[in-house]
Amino acid sequence: MDIGRLVAMANDIAAFFDAEPDKAIAIEGVRFHLTRFWDPRMRREIIAHASAGGAGLEPTALAAVRLLKKE
Amino acid sequence: MHARGYHDLGTPASTGAEVTLEIDGATVTVPAGTSVMRAAALAGTDVPRLCATDTLKAFGSCRVCLVEIEGRKGFPASCTTEVAAGMKVRTASEALTRLRRGVLELYVSEHPMGTCEDSSRCELESLAAAHGVTASRFAGDSTSRHVHTPKPIDASNPYFRFDNDACIVCSRCVRACEDTQGTFALTIEGRGIESRVAASEQQPFLESECVSCGACVEACPTGALMEKSVITAGLPQHAVTTTCAYCGVGCSLVAEMTDGAVSRMAPNRDGRANQGHACVKGRFAYGYATHADRVRRPMIRKRITDEWREVSWDEAFAYAASEFKRIQAKYGKDSIGGITSSRCTNEETFLVQKLVRAAFGTNNVDTCARVCHSPTGYGLKHTLGESAGTQEFVSVQKADVIMVIGASPTEAHPVFASQMKRRLRAGARLIVIDPRAIALVKSPHVEADYHLRLLPGTNVAVINAIAHVVVTEQLTRDEYIADRCEKESYEKWKKFIADPVNSPEAMEKITGVPAELVRGAARLYARGPNSAIYYGLGVTEHSQGTTMVMGIANLAMATGNLGRDGVGVSPLRGQNNVQGSCDMGSFPHEFSGYRHVSDDATRALFESMWKVQLGSEPGLRIPNMFEAALDGSFRGLYIQGEDFAQSDPNTAHVTAALSAMECIVIQDIFHNETARFAHVFLPGSSFLEKDGTFTNAERRISRVRKVIEPLAGLADWEVTVHLSNALGYPMSYSHPSEIMAEIAALTPTFQGVNYEKLDRLGSIQWPCNERAPEGTPTMHVGSFVRGKGKFYVTAYVPTNERTSSRYPLLLTTGRVLTQYNVGAQTRRTANLAWHNEDRLELHPHDAEARGIEHGDWVGITSRAGDTVLRVEITDRVAPGVVYTTFHFPESGANLITTENSDWATNCPEYKVTAVQVVKVAQPAAWQMRRQANLPAAVD
Repeated sequence: MDIGRLVAMANDIAAFFDAEPDKAIAIEGVRFHLTRFWDPRMRREIIAHASAGGAGLEPTALAAVRLLKKE
Repeated sequence: MHARGYHDLGTPASTGAEVTLEIDGATVTVPAGTSVMRAAALAGTDVPRLCATDTLKAFGSCRVCLVEIEGRKGFPASCTTEVAAGMKVRTASEALTRLRRGVLELYVSEHPMGTCEDSSRCELESLAAAHGVTASRFAGDSTSRHVHTPKPIDASNPYFRFDNDACIVCSRCVRACEDTQGTFALTIEGRGIESRVAASEQQPFLESECVSCGACVEACPTGALMEKSVITAGLPQHAVTTTCAYCGVGCSLVAEMTDGAVSRMAPNRDGRANQGHACVKGRFAYGYATHADRVRRPMIRKRITDEWREVSWDEAFAYAASEFKRIQAKYGKDSIGGITSSRCTNEETFLVQKLVRAAFGTNNVDTCARVCHSPTGYGLKHTLGESAGTQEFVSVQKADVIMVIGASPTEAHPVFASQMKRRLRAGARLIVIDPRAIALVKSPHVEADYHLRLLPGTNVAVINAIAHVVVTEQLTRDEYIADRCEKESYEKWKKFIADPVNSPEAMEKITGVPAELVRGAARLYARGPNSAIYYGLGVTEHSQGTTMVMGIANLAMATGNLGRDGVGVSPLRGQNNVQGSCDMGSFPHEFSGYRHVSDDATRALFESMWKVQLGSEPGLRIPNMFEAALDGSFRGLYIQGEDFAQSDPNTAHVTAALSAMECIVIQDIFHNETARFAHVFLPGSSFLEKDGTFTNAERRISRVRKVIEPLAGLADWEVTVHLSNALGYPMSYSHPSEIMAEIAALTPTFQGVNYEKLDRLGSIQWPCNERAPEGTPTMHVGSFVRGKGKFYVTAYVPTNERTSSRYPLLLTTGRVLTQYNVGAQTRRTANLAWHNEDRLELHPHDAEARGIEHGDWVGITSRAGDTVLRVEITDRVAPGVVYTTFHFPESGANLITTENSDWATNCPEYKVTAVQVVKVAQPAAWQMRRQANLPAAVD
């Protein structure tokens, strides 16, 4: 899938959770959302992208994807 | 005239304490405030009347309904006389008969016997005949049929005609236009014997302010206002109660049948959602169901460049199944999916998602609600605990303050708009939050107290600013919050929202809304005491759609406006079964009843009944399917009743994705835009051709009843059954009631729903279960479904779609009253008389700066694409904002909308597109080909 689109979507999700003052909660919020609503192939591709440096991913999104990778 | 078989009780119901009286010697007990006329009707005696009908307040003008009351002088009108304890009424006597005969004779002087072609449907002629009145001593001479001056019949409206000579000037039509519809298009002009009904400034109906709702036709006691279809077809032989297939109001309608065809569609006066009213679409625009364009034979083709080949149903099912199997064998089971439709029944959508999950073996199922109200489901589920509106429509009658956000009810939900306007005329206050001056901002006897005319894309900034005022001015309901909401989440939200960055003053430069207006609106809403929010796609179809829904829920919780009549958060659903399609498990991550696919217990329940192992991972959403199609991992799609290629944003992107698939199976009633990319076409069935249920915006489940056989031989649910069987996953249902039984067995909120109960109660609002066996009109009473209400921090995040020197205007989209969504239905009706093309609304300042005049063709360009529309110059839109509808495929409105979407649900951001508008000489070449009905491809 278009990785640019997946990055944009992950960043949009992170932008919502970034309002959370506790960064750990924000990162967990993004991770949980990706787990609950993203099809496995989308998760695989964003994880691969993060593993390759995660260009374009905002910090909260990148941290959340790295948490996903550990699952 | 009301629907066939309906017993008109003369005046509306009352709700007072019980009162017992005597009518014609019989004891009758009715609520205080009931008229003597209604009490008599309830006791089985219909007092003769002409100006009374039970949808309108008593008027007391005809003097036919006189009665005798012991101890009272004279002959009171039974319609305007309220019952009293111990009252003794006589409805028949020699004196009463004599009086009534005299009055009827006067009416017959205006409307001689035989004036109406069908005297059995003329209340005057029926009454006169029953009283032995066959002629009038007061009639005109032999050269004139009437005392007053004859006028020609007004047949300008495509659906009904007005024959002034049959009119008895009872004012029922005028009062219906005022009280029921709230348009005030009709009046009585002239004086004395020359009094007559007139539309607007004595204009033909079609050119007047009349919105063709039919309330006047429904109210007319004679043949003066009558449907043309009734005149043509004659008396109905039977009638069937069913549910409208247009918007989310879900009006109950009575289909009157003559010689196997619908001769009239009348609003059901017992319908709880519509309360005897309907609109120009539901009441009149049903002709599409039998339009010549209906596809009646299955078709297949190997490639989308091939000609279609008509085949048998069996061949079509076999081909579709073989293609899906081939694709899955080659690319994996998750390479195909299916789409349910919000225009199909609950039973049909349930079956499609079952087919995808059980027969395809994937969770790649989604629904067209993805592109409209998916943020509602997410936002309300997370804050309140249930993915649905909180009220029933009638609740609006107890609202003191009504806030309408991103919705135009008079256009998109007209029957509910009439109920809302009735409450506003009775004194409720109104706040409108919308970039555009919708009709409710100022219309006859309705004017908004506040119109917050925000810039498109700044909803969250406005709702936060309102909440900021509520919190910082101590307008919160602290006891309610402490009792019913999560303390921690509230404290976090309170701190966030009180930050000065959320103040109206700070937000003004973002939203364009003067701070003092926001402060005034916030105070009005918070002080209610009953404040109700109604919202539409102007809330959800944004990159922050879900955030806005959460912001609305935050505000309602903070002010204690949830959990009782007159308050609440009510999404106005676009299509008739948006709520139902979502309830039925159409989303890729959840089963029916909004339970996630990863929940082991829920999955085990479904696996046990469906005898198949189910996936625990969420599937692809519609926009994800397009992306996956373009990368080659998604190759096949079964689409029931959805037209992506017209309705989804960024048409070029959508059509590229559709072109990349190897097998698209379309099930629809017409050849649509998406069918150009399909390989199998399965003819669909209209709402007239099948049994089932729809669930409207107030969670009301209503029966859809078959009145004609499916034109192509199979109802939609049968098509899905056959396809599943062809795939090797057996489905066996003999009637949709059996599907509902399966839904009830698997879905806690539908546990108590069955067809027998629906027939008995008329309709049921879910949850319907052991705790609420007859349904739940108001949700969250006492406590929220999720337990404690949860506040979410809703920071305003600007959309990526920004204006620039290249694209300096913001385009937003909406609908008109007479057309519906992509227009597949209404474009094939006489509703074209009112709206036959989409136009671009442009503010006079922006028009002048570009040298554009009213009616010019203008090119509209965004970063996604371009199209051409004719322009309408109006100050309904603010400078810098343009607006269009999307009812006609040749408009190409979605060629210019972008792929931006809601962060949580991927609901497209239809409501904000940066564009440039320039004057052009003519439509684009592809548009002219379309209009000429030549083969067309999107250039």
